[in-house]
Amino acid sequence: MTNPSTRPTSTNNAVSDDVVIRTENVSVYYGAFQAVRNVYLDIPKNKVVAFIGPSGCGKSTLLRCYNRLNDLIPSARVDGKITYQGIDLYDPKVDPVEVRRRIGMVFQRPNPFPKSIYENIAFGARVNGYKGDMDELVERSLRGAALWEEVKDKLKQSGLSLSGGQQQRLCIARTIAIEPEVILMDEPCSALDPISTLRVEDLMHDLKQRFTIIIVTHNMQQASRVADLTGFFNAEAGEGGSRFGYLVEYDRTEHIFNAPKEQATQDYVSGRFG
Amino acid sequence: MSSSNQTDQINSNVYDIAPGEFDQGMTQGRKMFGNVMTGLVLSCVAIAVLPLASILFMLLSNGLVRLFQDFPSVFTELPPPPLVDGGGFRNAITGTLLTCLLGALISVPFGVLTAIYTVEFGQGNKLSQFVRFCTNVLSGVPSIIAGLFAYGIVVLAMGTFSAIAGGVALSVLMMPIIIRTTEEGLKSIPREVRQGLVGIGATNFQGVSSVILPASLPFVATGVTLALARAAGETAPLLFTALFNQYDSRGLREPIATLSVLIYNYAIAPYKNQNELAWAAALIVVLLILAISILARSLTSKKIY
Repeated sequence: MTNPSTRPTSTNNAVSDDVVIRTENVSVYYGAFQAVRNVYLDIPKNKVVAFIGPSGCGKSTLLRCYNRLNDLIPSARVDGKITYQGIDLYDPKVDPVEVRRRIGMVFQRPNPFPKSIYENIAFGARVNGYKGDMDELVERSLRGAALWEEVKDKLKQSGLSLSGGQQQRLCIARTIAIEPEVILMDEPCSALDPISTLRVEDLMHDLKQRFTIIIVTHNMQQASRVADLTGFFNAEAGEGGSRFGYLVEYDRTEHIFNAPKEQATQDYVSGRFG
Repeated sequence: MSSSNQTDQINSNVYDIAPGEFDQGMTQGRKMFGNVMTGLVLSCVAIAVLPLASILFMLLSNGLVRLFQDFPSVFTELPPPPLVDGGGFRNAITGTLLTCLLGALISVPFGVLTAIYTVEFGQGNKLSQFVRFCTNVLSGVPSIIAGLFAYGIVVLAMGTFSAIAGGVALSVLMMPIIIRTTEEGLKSIPREVRQGLVGIGATNFQGVSSVILPASLPFVATGVTLALARAAGETAPLLFTALFNQYDSRGLREPIATLSVLIYNYAIAPYKNQNELAWAAALIVVLLILAISILARSLTSKKIY
Protein backbone atom coordinates (compact mmCIF):
# COMPACT_ATOMS: atom_id res chain seq x y z
CA MET A 1 0.00 0.00 0.00
CA THR A 2 1.34 3.37 -0.94
CA ASN A 3 1.15 6.01 1.68
CA PRO A 4 -1.69 8.25 0.63
CA SER A 5 -1.04 10.86 3.24
CA THR A 6 2.12 12.10 1.58
CA ARG A 7 1.74 15.16 -0.54
CA PRO A 8 1.62 14.25 -4.21
CA THR A 9 4.76 15.44 -5.89
CA SER A 10 5.11 18.14 -8.49
CA THR A 11 2.24 20.36 -7.46
CA ASN A 12 4.79 23.11 -7.15
CA ASN A 13 5.85 23.29 -10.76
CA ALA A 14 2.31 22.67 -11.94
CA VAL A 15 0.77 25.44 -9.96
CA SER A 16 2.74 28.58 -10.36
CA ASP A 17 -0.13 30.93 -11.18
CA ASP A 18 -2.70 32.51 -8.86
CA VAL A 19 -4.38 29.92 -6.74
CA VAL A 20 -8.19 30.23 -6.58
CA ILE A 21 -8.95 27.20 -4.44
CA ARG A 22 -6.51 25.62 -2.04
CA THR A 23 -7.20 22.17 -0.65
CA GLU A 24 -5.19 21.35 2.45
CA ASN A 25 -5.23 17.91 4.00
CA VAL A 26 -8.90 17.40 3.21
CA SER A 27 -10.70 14.22 4.25
CA VAL A 28 -14.40 13.61 3.73
CA TYR A 29 -16.50 11.28 5.85
CA TYR A 30 -19.99 9.90 5.39
CA GLY A 31 -20.80 8.94 8.95
CA ALA A 32 -17.92 6.74 10.07
CA PHE A 33 -16.95 5.91 6.48
CA GLN A 34 -14.00 7.82 5.12
CA ALA A 35 -14.64 8.57 1.44
CA VAL A 36 -11.62 10.77 0.70
CA ARG A 37 -8.36 10.87 2.61
CA ASN A 38 -5.80 13.63 3.04
CA VAL A 39 -5.99 15.53 -0.22
CA TYR A 40 -3.65 18.45 -0.92
CA LEU A 41 -4.47 20.19 -4.18
CA ASP A 42 -4.38 23.75 -5.53
CA ILE A 43 -6.61 25.02 -8.34
CA PRO A 44 -4.99 27.80 -10.39
CA LYS A 45 -6.99 30.64 -11.92
CA ASN A 46 -8.31 30.41 -15.49
CA LYS A 47 -7.30 26.81 -15.97
CA VAL A 48 -9.26 23.65 -16.60
CA VAL A 49 -8.49 21.03 -13.99
CA ALA A 50 -9.67 17.46 -14.53
CA PHE A 51 -10.18 14.84 -11.82
CA ILE A 52 -9.90 11.32 -13.18
CA GLY A 53 -9.92 7.92 -11.54
CA PRO A 54 -11.95 4.76 -11.13
CA SER A 55 -15.45 4.75 -9.62
CA GLY A 56 -15.58 5.23 -5.87
CA CYS A 57 -12.26 7.08 -5.68
CA GLY A 58 -13.89 10.18 -4.21
CA LYS A 59 -13.35 12.62 -7.06
CA SER A 60 -17.02 13.68 -7.18
CA THR A 61 -17.11 13.79 -3.40
CA LEU A 62 -14.16 16.17 -3.36
CA LEU A 63 -15.70 18.30 -6.12
CA ARG A 64 -18.87 18.64 -4.06
CA CYS A 65 -16.84 19.99 -1.17
CA TYR A 66 -15.88 23.05 -3.22
CA ASN A 67 -19.44 24.42 -3.31
CA ARG A 68 -20.49 22.79 -0.04
CA LEU A 69 -23.00 20.56 -1.81
CA ASN A 70 -22.09 17.81 0.65
CA ASP A 71 -23.85 19.93 3.26
CA LEU A 72 -27.10 18.53 1.87
CA ILE A 73 -26.11 15.06 3.08
CA PRO A 74 -26.64 15.14 6.83
CA SER A 75 -23.99 12.52 7.62
CA ALA A 76 -21.25 14.13 5.51
CA ARG A 77 -18.31 15.80 7.29
CA VAL A 78 -15.29 17.58 5.87
CA ASP A 79 -11.95 17.65 7.70
CA GLY A 80 -8.97 19.78 6.74
CA LYS A 81 -9.13 23.16 5.10
CA ILE A 82 -10.49 24.39 1.78
CA THR A 83 -9.88 28.04 1.02
CA TYR A 84 -11.33 30.08 -1.80
CA GLN A 85 -9.39 33.31 -2.41
CA GLY A 86 -7.95 32.81 1.05
CA ILE A 87 -11.37 32.46 2.72
CA ASP A 88 -12.05 29.25 4.61
CA LEU A 89 -15.12 27.79 2.89
CA TYR A 90 -16.11 25.83 5.99
CA ASP A 91 -15.80 28.76 8.37
CA PRO A 92 -19.04 28.82 10.42
CA LYS A 93 -19.47 32.46 9.40
CA VAL A 94 -19.55 31.56 5.70
CA ASP A 95 -23.05 31.10 4.27
CA PRO A 96 -23.11 28.07 1.94
CA VAL A 97 -25.59 29.87 -0.32
CA GLU A 98 -23.00 32.61 -0.88
CA VAL A 99 -20.37 29.97 -1.65
CA ARG A 100 -22.57 28.50 -4.36
CA ARG A 101 -23.06 31.93 -5.91
CA ARG A 102 -19.32 32.29 -6.37
CA ILE A 103 -18.66 28.66 -7.27
CA GLY A 104 -21.21 27.39 -9.79
CA MET A 105 -21.92 23.81 -10.73
CA VAL A 106 -22.97 21.82 -13.78
CA PHE A 107 -24.29 18.37 -12.98
CA GLN A 108 -24.02 14.91 -14.46
CA ARG A 109 -27.58 14.79 -15.79
CA PRO A 110 -28.84 17.95 -17.48
CA ASN A 111 -31.26 19.50 -14.99
CA PRO A 112 -32.94 22.56 -16.48
CA PHE A 113 -35.75 23.96 -14.37
CA PRO A 114 -39.30 23.26 -15.58
CA LYS A 115 -39.52 26.81 -16.90
CA SER A 116 -38.98 28.55 -20.22
CA ILE A 117 -35.48 28.76 -21.69
CA TYR A 118 -35.44 32.48 -20.92
CA GLU A 119 -36.59 31.95 -17.34
CA ASN A 120 -34.04 29.20 -16.74
CA ILE A 121 -31.34 31.83 -17.06
CA ALA A 122 -33.24 34.80 -15.68
CA PHE A 123 -34.25 32.89 -12.55
CA GLY A 124 -30.68 32.23 -11.44
CA ALA A 125 -29.73 35.85 -12.10
CA ARG A 126 -32.74 37.18 -10.23
CA VAL A 127 -32.09 34.89 -7.29
CA ASN A 128 -28.63 36.36 -7.09
CA GLY A 129 -29.94 39.91 -7.13
CA TYR A 130 -29.16 40.83 -10.75
CA LYS A 131 -30.60 44.27 -11.50
CA GLY A 132 -29.38 44.93 -15.05
CA ASP A 133 -30.87 44.33 -18.48
CA MET A 134 -32.25 40.80 -18.31
CA ASP A 135 -32.72 40.33 -22.08
CA GLU A 136 -29.13 41.28 -22.65
CA LEU A 137 -27.90 38.89 -19.93
CA VAL A 138 -29.94 36.01 -21.31
CA GLU A 139 -28.56 36.55 -24.81
CA ARG A 140 -24.99 36.96 -23.58
CA SER A 141 -25.20 33.81 -21.44
CA LEU A 142 -26.73 31.73 -24.22
CA ARG A 143 -24.07 32.96 -26.63
CA GLY A 144 -21.45 32.12 -24.03
CA ALA A 145 -22.80 28.58 -23.90
CA ALA A 146 -22.94 28.34 -27.74
CA LEU A 147 -26.69 27.86 -27.61
CA TRP A 148 -28.04 31.23 -28.76
CA GLU A 149 -28.33 30.44 -32.47
CA GLU A 150 -30.34 27.30 -31.75
CA VAL A 151 -32.83 28.77 -29.30
CA LYS A 152 -33.09 32.49 -30.08
CA ASP A 153 -36.49 32.02 -31.74
CA LYS A 154 -37.99 29.89 -28.99
CA LEU A 155 -36.93 31.49 -25.74
CA LYS A 156 -40.47 31.11 -24.41
CA GLN A 157 -40.44 27.34 -24.87
CA SER A 158 -39.83 25.04 -21.93
CA GLY A 159 -36.22 24.22 -21.19
CA LEU A 160 -37.29 20.58 -20.97
CA SER A 161 -38.23 20.60 -24.67
CA LEU A 162 -34.55 20.80 -25.71
CA SER A 163 -32.36 17.83 -26.55
CA GLY A 164 -30.02 16.44 -23.88
CA GLY A 165 -26.97 18.24 -25.26
CA GLN A 166 -28.87 21.51 -25.56
CA GLN A 167 -30.21 21.09 -22.04
CA GLN A 168 -26.69 20.67 -20.72
CA ARG A 169 -25.55 23.82 -22.54
CA LEU A 170 -28.60 25.60 -21.11
CA CYS A 171 -27.41 24.53 -17.67
CA ILE A 172 -23.96 25.92 -18.49
CA ALA A 173 -25.57 29.16 -19.68
CA ARG A 174 -27.55 29.30 -16.45
CA THR A 175 -24.34 28.88 -14.49
CA ILE A 176 -22.33 31.50 -16.36
CA ALA A 177 -25.23 33.95 -16.06
CA ILE A 178 -24.60 34.22 -12.35
CA GLU A 179 -20.93 34.96 -13.14
CA PRO A 180 -19.25 32.68 -10.68
CA GLU A 181 -15.49 32.60 -10.48
CA VAL A 182 -15.21 28.83 -10.55
CA ILE A 183 -17.41 26.34 -12.41
CA LEU A 184 -17.54 22.78 -11.12
CA MET A 185 -18.55 20.15 -13.66
CA ASP A 186 -19.47 16.69 -12.42
CA GLU A 187 -19.19 14.36 -15.43
CA PRO A 188 -21.04 16.92 -17.55
CA CYS A 189 -20.94 14.83 -20.73
CA SER A 190 -21.69 11.37 -19.41
CA ALA A 191 -25.34 11.62 -20.45
CA LEU A 192 -24.57 13.18 -23.85
CA ASP A 193 -23.89 11.79 -27.31
CA PRO A 194 -20.38 12.26 -28.83
CA ILE A 195 -21.30 15.32 -30.91
CA SER A 196 -22.88 17.13 -27.97
CA THR A 197 -19.85 16.11 -25.92
CA LEU A 198 -17.51 17.78 -28.40
CA ARG A 199 -19.55 20.96 -28.34
CA VAL A 200 -19.39 21.10 -24.56
CA GLU A 201 -15.64 20.45 -24.66
CA ASP A 202 -15.14 23.27 -27.17
CA LEU A 203 -17.15 25.44 -24.86
CA MET A 204 -14.82 24.69 -21.97
CA HIS A 205 -11.88 26.05 -23.96
CA ASP A 206 -13.74 29.34 -24.42
CA LEU A 207 -14.99 29.45 -20.86
CA LYS A 208 -11.58 29.21 -19.26
CA GLN A 209 -10.79 32.72 -20.50
CA ARG A 210 -13.25 33.95 -17.89
CA PHE A 211 -13.70 31.12 -15.44
CA THR A 212 -11.74 28.50 -13.61
CA ILE A 213 -13.14 25.06 -14.36
CA ILE A 214 -12.87 21.85 -12.38
CA ILE A 215 -14.24 18.84 -14.23
CA VAL A 216 -14.74 15.30 -12.99
CA THR A 217 -14.69 12.79 -15.82
CA HIS A 218 -14.55 9.07 -16.42
CA ASN A 219 -13.39 9.71 -19.92
CA MET A 220 -9.60 9.95 -20.08
CA GLN A 221 -9.60 11.24 -23.66
CA GLN A 222 -11.83 14.03 -22.47
CA ALA A 223 -9.42 14.91 -19.70
CA SER A 224 -6.50 14.95 -22.10
CA ARG A 225 -8.46 17.13 -24.56
CA VAL A 226 -9.78 19.77 -22.19
CA ALA A 227 -7.63 19.91 -19.09
CA ASP A 228 -4.52 21.93 -18.38
CA LEU A 229 -3.98 20.03 -15.16
CA THR A 230 -5.11 16.57 -14.19
CA GLY A 231 -5.45 14.93 -10.81
CA PHE A 232 -5.53 11.16 -10.70
CA PHE A 233 -7.48 9.66 -7.79
CA ASN A 234 -7.48 6.05 -6.75
CA ALA A 235 -9.32 3.98 -4.17
CA GLU A 236 -7.67 1.69 -1.71
CA ALA A 237 -8.88 -0.64 1.02
CA GLY A 238 -8.06 0.74 4.42
CA GLU A 239 -8.11 -0.98 7.80
CA GLY A 240 -11.44 -2.75 8.27
CA GLY A 241 -11.75 -3.30 4.53
CA SER A 242 -13.69 -0.12 3.72
CA ARG A 243 -12.36 1.65 0.67
CA PHE A 244 -11.27 5.24 0.70
CA GLY A 245 -10.21 7.51 -2.13
CA TYR A 246 -7.04 9.59 -2.28
CA LEU A 247 -5.13 11.75 -4.69
CA VAL A 248 -2.32 9.79 -6.33
CA GLU A 249 -0.82 12.36 -8.60
CA TYR A 250 -1.57 15.90 -9.74
CA ASP A 251 0.33 17.50 -12.57
CA ARG A 252 0.14 19.05 -16.00
CA THR A 253 -2.15 16.94 -18.13
CA GLU A 254 0.59 15.98 -20.61
CA HIS A 255 2.78 14.75 -17.75
CA ILE A 256 -0.03 12.65 -16.30
CA PHE A 257 -0.74 11.01 -19.63
CA ASN A 258 2.76 10.74 -21.06
CA ALA A 259 5.16 10.55 -18.16
CA PRO A 260 3.36 9.93 -14.89
CA LYS A 261 5.53 9.55 -11.82
CA GLU A 262 3.37 6.95 -10.12
CA GLN A 263 2.93 3.40 -11.34
CA ALA A 264 -0.82 3.47 -10.50
CA THR A 265 -1.30 6.49 -12.75
CA GLN A 266 0.63 4.80 -15.52
CA ASP A 267 -1.54 1.69 -15.18
CA TYR A 268 -4.74 3.69 -15.21
CA VAL A 269 -4.04 6.02 -18.11
CA SER A 270 -2.76 3.15 -20.22
CA GLY A 271 -5.99 1.26 -19.57
CA ARG A 272 -4.56 -1.56 -17.49
CA PHE A 273 -7.23 -1.09 -14.82
CA GLY A 274 -10.18 1.05 -13.89
CA MET B 1 -29.38 -44.75 -6.27
CA SER B 2 -26.07 -43.87 -7.88
CA SER B 3 -25.47 -40.47 -9.38
CA SER B 4 -25.10 -41.78 -12.91
CA ASN B 5 -28.53 -43.35 -12.63
CA GLN B 6 -30.00 -40.02 -11.62
CA THR B 7 -28.50 -38.26 -14.60
CA ASP B 8 -29.90 -40.96 -16.83
CA GLN B 9 -33.33 -40.41 -15.44
CA ILE B 10 -33.23 -36.66 -15.94
CA ASN B 11 -32.09 -37.10 -19.51
CA SER B 12 -34.57 -39.72 -20.51
CA ASN B 13 -37.89 -40.01 -18.78
CA VAL B 14 -38.62 -37.23 -16.33
CA TYR B 15 -40.76 -35.35 -18.84
CA ASP B 16 -41.68 -38.52 -20.69
CA ILE B 17 -41.35 -36.95 -24.10
CA ALA B 18 -39.17 -37.71 -27.09
CA PRO B 19 -37.40 -34.99 -29.17
CA GLY B 20 -39.62 -33.50 -31.82
CA GLU B 21 -42.81 -34.67 -30.16
CA PHE B 22 -45.56 -32.51 -28.59
CA ASP B 23 -47.52 -33.85 -25.67
CA GLN B 24 -51.05 -32.75 -26.59
CA GLY B 25 -52.74 -34.22 -23.55
CA MET B 26 -50.73 -32.30 -21.01
CA THR B 27 -51.07 -28.98 -22.84
CA GLN B 28 -54.82 -29.45 -22.91
CA GLY B 29 -54.93 -29.93 -19.18
CA ARG B 30 -52.85 -26.86 -18.48
CA LYS B 31 -54.93 -24.73 -20.84
CA MET B 32 -58.10 -25.86 -19.15
CA PHE B 33 -56.76 -24.97 -15.72
CA GLY B 34 -55.69 -21.55 -16.99
CA ASN B 35 -59.09 -20.85 -18.48
CA VAL B 36 -60.90 -21.87 -15.32
CA MET B 37 -58.72 -19.56 -13.23
CA THR B 38 -59.24 -16.67 -15.66
CA GLY B 39 -62.97 -17.24 -15.44
CA LEU B 40 -62.80 -17.24 -11.66
CA VAL B 41 -60.91 -13.94 -11.60
CA LEU B 42 -63.33 -12.36 -14.05
CA SER B 43 -66.31 -13.37 -11.97
CA CYS B 44 -64.66 -11.80 -8.90
CA VAL B 45 -64.23 -8.60 -10.90
CA ALA B 46 -67.91 -8.74 -11.86
CA ILE B 47 -68.92 -9.14 -8.22
CA ALA B 48 -66.74 -6.19 -7.26
CA VAL B 49 -68.21 -3.95 -9.95
CA LEU B 50 -71.79 -5.09 -9.29
CA PRO B 51 -72.49 -2.75 -6.32
CA LEU B 52 -71.30 0.33 -8.22
CA ALA B 53 -73.27 -0.66 -11.31
CA SER B 54 -76.44 -1.32 -9.33
CA ILE B 55 -76.10 1.96 -7.40
CA LEU B 56 -75.79 3.84 -10.68
CA PHE B 57 -78.73 1.91 -12.11
CA MET B 58 -80.94 2.62 -9.10
CA LEU B 59 -80.02 6.32 -9.12
CA LEU B 60 -80.62 6.70 -12.82
CA SER B 61 -83.91 4.81 -12.84
CA ASN B 62 -85.28 6.67 -9.80
CA GLY B 63 -83.69 10.08 -10.14
CA LEU B 64 -83.55 10.70 -13.85
CA VAL B 65 -87.35 10.87 -14.27
CA ARG B 66 -87.68 13.66 -11.75
CA LEU B 67 -84.75 15.57 -13.21
CA PHE B 68 -86.30 15.53 -16.69
CA GLN B 69 -89.90 15.95 -15.66
CA ASP B 70 -89.44 19.33 -14.06
CA PHE B 71 -86.16 20.06 -15.72
CA PRO B 72 -85.21 23.52 -14.69
CA SER B 73 -87.35 23.66 -11.59
CA VAL B 74 -85.41 21.09 -9.51
CA PHE B 75 -82.42 23.36 -9.89
CA THR B 76 -84.20 26.66 -9.47
CA GLU B 77 -86.94 26.12 -6.89
CA LEU B 78 -86.96 25.59 -3.16
CA PRO B 79 -88.12 22.35 -1.51
CA PRO B 80 -91.91 22.38 -1.16
CA PRO B 81 -93.74 21.87 2.12
CA PRO B 82 -95.11 18.37 2.73
CA LEU B 83 -97.99 17.27 0.48
CA VAL B 84 -97.26 19.98 -2.10
CA ASP B 85 -96.09 18.80 -5.50
CA GLY B 86 -93.13 20.03 -7.55
CA GLY B 87 -90.35 22.10 -6.15
CA GLY B 88 -86.59 21.66 -6.26
CA PHE B 89 -83.49 22.02 -4.16
CA ARG B 90 -81.52 25.05 -5.37
CA ASN B 91 -80.72 25.90 -1.75
CA ALA B 92 -79.04 22.52 -1.28
CA ILE B 93 -76.99 22.84 -4.47
CA THR B 94 -75.67 26.26 -3.54
CA GLY B 95 -75.21 25.04 0.04
CA THR B 96 -73.08 22.07 -1.00
CA LEU B 97 -70.96 24.30 -3.23
CA LEU B 98 -70.60 26.89 -0.49
CA THR B 99 -69.64 24.52 2.33
CA CYS B 100 -67.17 22.71 0.06
CA LEU B 101 -65.67 26.05 -0.95
CA LEU B 102 -65.32 27.08 2.68
CA GLY B 103 -63.72 23.73 3.47
CA ALA B 104 -61.25 24.21 0.61
CA LEU B 105 -60.45 27.78 1.68
CA ILE B 106 -59.44 26.49 5.09
CA SER B 107 -57.76 23.21 4.13
CA VAL B 108 -55.82 24.19 1.00
CA PRO B 109 -53.46 26.75 2.55
CA PHE B 110 -52.88 24.70 5.70
CA GLY B 111 -52.60 21.43 3.82
CA VAL B 112 -50.22 22.69 1.14
CA LEU B 113 -48.00 24.51 3.63
CA THR B 114 -47.92 21.44 5.88
CA ALA B 115 -46.80 19.28 2.97
CA ILE B 116 -44.15 21.83 2.01
CA TYR B 117 -42.84 21.74 5.54
CA THR B 118 -42.67 17.96 5.85
CA VAL B 119 -41.07 17.39 2.44
CA GLU B 120 -38.95 20.47 1.80
CA PHE B 121 -37.98 21.92 5.14
CA GLY B 122 -38.47 19.18 7.73
CA GLN B 123 -36.98 16.50 5.48
CA GLY B 124 -37.62 13.54 7.71
CA ASN B 125 -36.90 15.20 11.05
CA LYS B 126 -38.87 14.22 14.15
CA LEU B 127 -41.50 16.92 13.71
CA SER B 128 -42.24 16.06 10.09
CA GLN B 129 -42.46 12.37 10.94
CA PHE B 130 -44.90 13.23 13.69
CA VAL B 131 -46.95 15.42 11.36
CA ARG B 132 -47.06 12.64 8.78
CA PHE B 133 -48.24 10.18 11.42
CA CYS B 134 -50.95 12.61 12.51
CA THR B 135 -52.05 13.03 8.89
CA ASN B 136 -52.48 9.28 8.58
CA VAL B 137 -54.49 9.14 11.78
CA LEU B 138 -56.60 12.10 10.67
CA SER B 139 -57.45 10.42 7.37
CA GLY B 140 -58.78 7.45 9.34
CA VAL B 141 -60.89 9.52 11.72
CA PRO B 142 -64.63 8.84 11.19
CA SER B 143 -66.29 11.82 9.56
CA ILE B 144 -68.83 12.17 12.35
CA ILE B 145 -65.93 12.92 14.71
CA ALA B 146 -64.91 15.78 12.42
CA GLY B 147 -68.49 17.02 12.75
CA LEU B 148 -68.30 16.78 16.54
CA PHE B 149 -65.05 18.74 16.47
CA ALA B 150 -66.60 21.53 14.41
CA TYR B 151 -69.66 21.44 16.65
CA GLY B 152 -67.42 21.90 19.65
CA ILE B 153 -65.25 24.72 18.36
CA VAL B 154 -67.64 26.58 16.05
CA VAL B 155 -71.29 25.80 16.77
CA LEU B 156 -70.98 26.08 20.55
CA ALA B 157 -68.81 29.17 20.27
CA MET B 158 -71.10 30.94 17.81
CA GLY B 159 -74.25 29.69 19.43
CA THR B 160 -75.76 28.66 16.10
CA PHE B 161 -75.47 26.06 13.38
CA SER B 162 -73.87 27.64 10.35
CA ALA B 163 -72.24 27.24 6.94
CA ILE B 164 -68.94 28.16 8.60
CA ALA B 165 -69.24 25.22 10.99
CA GLY B 166 -69.98 22.93 8.03
CA GLY B 167 -66.94 24.26 6.21
CA VAL B 168 -64.70 23.69 9.23
CA ALA B 169 -65.96 20.11 9.59
CA LEU B 170 -65.33 19.40 5.90
CA SER B 171 -61.88 21.02 6.01
CA VAL B 172 -60.80 18.49 8.64
CA LEU B 173 -61.69 15.71 6.22
CA MET B 174 -60.09 17.42 3.22
CA MET B 175 -56.81 18.22 4.93
CA PRO B 176 -55.18 14.76 4.88
CA ILE B 177 -56.03 14.25 1.19
CA ILE B 178 -54.49 17.58 0.24
CA ILE B 179 -51.41 17.01 2.39
CA ARG B 180 -50.79 13.59 0.89
CA THR B 181 -51.17 14.50 -2.75
CA THR B 182 -49.10 17.65 -2.31
CA GLU B 183 -46.37 15.62 -0.62
CA GLU B 184 -46.44 13.21 -3.55
CA GLY B 185 -46.13 16.10 -5.97
CA LEU B 186 -43.20 17.63 -4.14
CA LYS B 187 -41.45 14.27 -3.93
CA SER B 188 -41.88 13.78 -7.67
CA ILE B 189 -39.47 16.66 -8.38
CA PRO B 190 -36.18 14.94 -9.31
CA ARG B 191 -33.17 15.31 -7.06
CA GLU B 192 -31.21 16.74 -10.01
CA VAL B 193 -33.51 19.75 -10.16
CA ARG B 194 -33.12 20.36 -6.43
CA GLN B 195 -29.36 20.17 -6.77
CA GLY B 196 -29.54 22.57 -9.70
CA LEU B 197 -31.38 25.03 -7.48
CA VAL B 198 -28.75 24.70 -4.79
CA GLY B 199 -26.06 24.96 -7.46
CA ILE B 200 -27.16 28.39 -8.68
CA GLY B 201 -27.22 29.69 -5.13
CA ALA B 202 -30.96 29.70 -4.57
CA THR B 203 -32.11 29.59 -0.97
CA ASN B 204 -34.51 26.84 0.05
CA PHE B 205 -37.38 29.32 0.03
CA GLN B 206 -36.53 30.67 -3.43
CA GLY B 207 -36.28 27.15 -4.83
CA VAL B 208 -39.55 25.97 -3.35
CA SER B 209 -41.56 29.07 -4.18
CA SER B 210 -40.44 29.57 -7.75
CA VAL B 211 -39.56 26.11 -9.08
CA ILE B 212 -40.55 23.18 -6.89
CA LEU B 213 -44.06 24.25 -5.90
CA PRO B 214 -45.06 25.48 -9.39
CA ALA B 215 -43.85 22.19 -10.86
CA SER B 216 -45.97 20.26 -8.35
CA LEU B 217 -49.13 22.29 -8.99
CA PRO B 218 -50.85 19.56 -11.04
CA PHE B 219 -50.59 17.30 -7.99
CA VAL B 220 -51.89 20.01 -5.69
CA ALA B 221 -54.83 20.63 -8.03
CA THR B 222 -55.55 16.91 -8.14
CA GLY B 223 -55.49 16.76 -4.36
CA VAL B 224 -57.87 19.69 -4.06
CA THR B 225 -60.36 18.18 -6.51
CA LEU B 226 -60.21 14.76 -4.83
CA ALA B 227 -60.77 16.43 -1.48
CA LEU B 228 -63.73 18.35 -2.92
CA ALA B 229 -65.18 15.11 -4.27
CA ARG B 230 -64.90 13.59 -0.82
CA ALA B 231 -66.42 16.63 0.87
CA ALA B 232 -69.32 16.93 -1.58
CA GLY B 233 -70.66 13.54 -0.53
CA GLU B 234 -70.20 13.85 3.23
CA THR B 235 -73.33 13.87 5.36
CA ALA B 236 -72.40 12.98 8.92
CA PRO B 237 -70.13 15.96 9.65
CA LEU B 238 -72.80 18.35 8.34
CA LEU B 239 -75.72 16.97 10.33
CA PHE B 240 -75.00 18.99 13.44
CA THR B 241 -72.80 21.74 11.97
CA ALA B 242 -74.48 23.12 8.83
CA LEU B 243 -77.72 21.47 9.90
CA PHE B 244 -80.37 22.12 7.23
CA ASN B 245 -82.43 24.97 5.92
CA GLN B 246 -85.74 24.84 4.17
CA TYR B 247 -84.94 28.13 2.45
CA ASP B 248 -81.95 29.88 0.96
CA SER B 249 -79.38 30.66 3.56
CA ARG B 250 -78.97 34.39 4.03
CA GLY B 251 -75.41 34.27 5.28
CA LEU B 252 -72.49 32.18 6.44
CA ARG B 253 -73.66 32.43 10.04
CA GLU B 254 -76.94 30.64 9.40
CA PRO B 255 -77.87 26.99 9.00
CA ILE B 256 -77.57 25.95 5.38
CA ALA B 257 -79.02 23.12 3.29
CA THR B 258 -76.70 20.68 1.54
CA LEU B 259 -77.48 17.93 -0.97
CA SER B 260 -76.28 15.14 1.27
CA VAL B 261 -78.31 16.26 4.29
CA LEU B 262 -81.29 16.87 2.03
CA ILE B 263 -81.05 13.28 0.82
CA TYR B 264 -80.85 12.09 4.42
CA ASN B 265 -83.86 14.13 5.52
CA TYR B 266 -86.07 13.50 2.50
CA ALA B 267 -85.31 9.83 2.00
CA ILE B 268 -86.80 9.02 5.41
CA ALA B 269 -89.70 11.47 5.05
CA PRO B 270 -93.11 9.85 4.60
CA TYR B 271 -93.95 11.90 1.49
CA LYS B 272 -93.62 10.68 -2.09
CA ASN B 273 -92.58 14.05 -3.51
CA GLN B 274 -89.80 14.41 -0.93
CA ASN B 275 -88.59 10.88 -1.67
CA GLU B 276 -88.40 11.69 -5.38
CA LEU B 277 -86.43 14.84 -4.66
CA ALA B 278 -84.00 12.77 -2.56
CA TRP B 279 -83.41 10.43 -5.50
CA ALA B 280 -82.82 13.33 -7.87
CA ALA B 281 -80.42 14.94 -5.38
CA ALA B 282 -78.55 11.66 -4.99
CA LEU B 283 -78.10 11.48 -8.73
CA ILE B 284 -76.82 15.05 -8.79
CA VAL B 285 -74.29 14.32 -6.02
CA VAL B 286 -72.95 11.26 -7.82
CA LEU B 287 -72.70 13.13 -11.12
CA LEU B 288 -70.93 15.99 -9.34
CA ILE B 289 -68.39 13.61 -7.80
CA LEU B 290 -67.93 11.88 -11.14
CA ALA B 291 -67.26 15.20 -12.86
CA ILE B 292 -64.78 16.25 -10.18
CA SER B 293 -62.96 12.92 -10.43
CA ILE B 294 -62.65 13.26 -14.19
CA LEU B 295 -61.30 16.76 -13.69
CA ALA B 296 -58.78 15.38 -11.19
CA ARG B 297 -57.59 12.78 -13.69
CA SER B 298 -57.09 15.34 -16.42
CA LEU B 299 -55.18 17.59 -14.00
CA THR B 300 -52.87 14.72 -13.04
CA SER B 301 -52.01 14.14 -16.68
CA LYS B 302 -50.57 17.67 -16.83
CA LYS B 303 -47.76 16.77 -14.47
CA ILE B 304 -44.21 17.60 -15.56
CA TYR B 305 -42.24 14.83 -13.84
